Amino acid sequence: MNIDMILSSLPALLSGAWVTVQLVVLSLGLGFVLALAVAFGRLSSNRFVAGVTGVYVFLFRSTPLLVQIFLIYYGLGQFVGIRESFLWPILREAYWCAIIALTLNTAAYTGEILRGGIQAVPFGQIEAARALGMSRLLLYRRIVLPQALRTILPAYGNEMIQMVQATSLASAITLVELTGAARTIASRSFQPVEMFIIAGAIYLAMNFVIAQGVRWAEGRAAAGT
Amino acid sequence: MLDLLRFGSDGWGDEIANGAVMTLMVAISAYLIGIVVGSGAAAAKLSGPAPLRWLAALYTTVVRGVPALLVIWLLFFGGSGLVTWVAGLFGYGGRVDLSAFAVGVAAVGIVSGAYATEVIRGAVRAVPKGQLEAARALGMGRLLILRRILIPQALRYALPGLGNVWQMTLKDTTLVSVVSLAELMRQAYLGMQSTRQPFLFYLTAAILYMIMTTCSEALFRALSRRAERGVRRAVAN
Repeated sequence: MNIDMILSSLPALLSGAWVTVQLVVLSLGLGFVLALAVAFGRLSSNRFVAGVTGVYVFLFRSTPLLVQIFLIYYGLGQFVGIRESFLWPILREAYWCAIIALTLNTAAYTGEILRGGIQAVPFGQIEAARALGMSRLLLYRRIVLPQALRTILPAYGNEMIQMVQATSLASAITLVELTGAARTIASRSFQPVEMFIIAGAIYLAMNFVIAQGVRWAEGRAAAGT
Repeated sequence: MLDLLRFGSDGWGDEIANGAVMTLMVAISAYLIGIVVGSGAAAAKLSGPAPLRWLAALYTTVVRGVPALLVIWLLFFGGSGLVTWVAGLFGYGGRVDLSAFAVGVAAVGIVSGAYATEVIRGAVRAVPKGQLEAARALGMGRLLILRRILIPQALRYALPGLGNVWQMTLKDTTLVSVVSLAELMRQAYLGMQSTRQPFLFYLTAAILYMIMTTCSEALFRALSRRAERGVRRAVAN
């Protein structure tokens, strides 16, 4: 193993890792907000709202993420209306297309996880809160969401780790994140395998941080019960 | 616009259909490899000697922790070297080149196997120990216990999880398009390049994947209904 070559490639790998972190944080953050809307939509008594969010979840979970990314990045640019709209400066950029696709994808999965968590809250508690005269907003803020979030922590931890790996697909639309950086260096060097091993180690380190974070959050949530 | 998808020499219909068939071939081959590797790794984790147990733990932790795309690139760049080296140990002097199909199936199979390991391990542990003890007390041999007692029950517990692994494997085959294997995504890409109709081609691909995932979900649901036909339930469903 050539140490010099590995050292000289580290800056490029680390700047790729930084792009990966941005993609993960932005899409998980935006995705969670959207997932809340999806979960409430799915649980809505309005059949139209429940139907639309149901279709959304089905579409994004039944097709591969790579197709979703390509449809947004390559597909939307086909339409003149979109190319001339105010959205084009965003939809032209691989970076934002990747974030949009990842956000929409994780929101579909997380929405279902959240729905399960909300449904797992015992109905007696909701009745009790209503009997005490709590408004809907207060009921969700004080009773339903805190418990639902605690229930979904392990499943959401898995979803976060899956998202770290999913960001690698952004390299298919020219974005140089961690996998893309490793591949670029690998195709130029005589030691391609080492590049992928280092990149793999960086991914494992990211997962470790997430797993520790989830464990810490679980400990805190359990302390409150 | 839709006549671009016509079958024959002036349309992309047959190319897309061939791509879909290739996708299914990659997915099925990789899934079978995954089941075999996963069964082996699960056996190693459950009752193997310590070195094998560690190896299996390392395998599932690493492979489930890195992107499948990285595994594909690793095998694409490093796979031929590895196979050449192994062939050298057996006295073969020449260089062995792996086809895109071999690289794709091996990479997706390795990933599939890591997830299958956990599913199979959980399912085997869900079989009550008393049953295995009873079988041993009746004088059944190891293989007979495996065939009559353990596998039929573990399979039932494993089915939902294995269904999820299949869905994941099927979706992971899209990544193999990066090494230019002519599966569905690659064909859609070629079609897009020559016609400049990306939306049409990727939408077609998306619909085909949707059909595949929906049909296989129905198939797995039917399988697990059949596997559970002898199980009593408190609530009919």
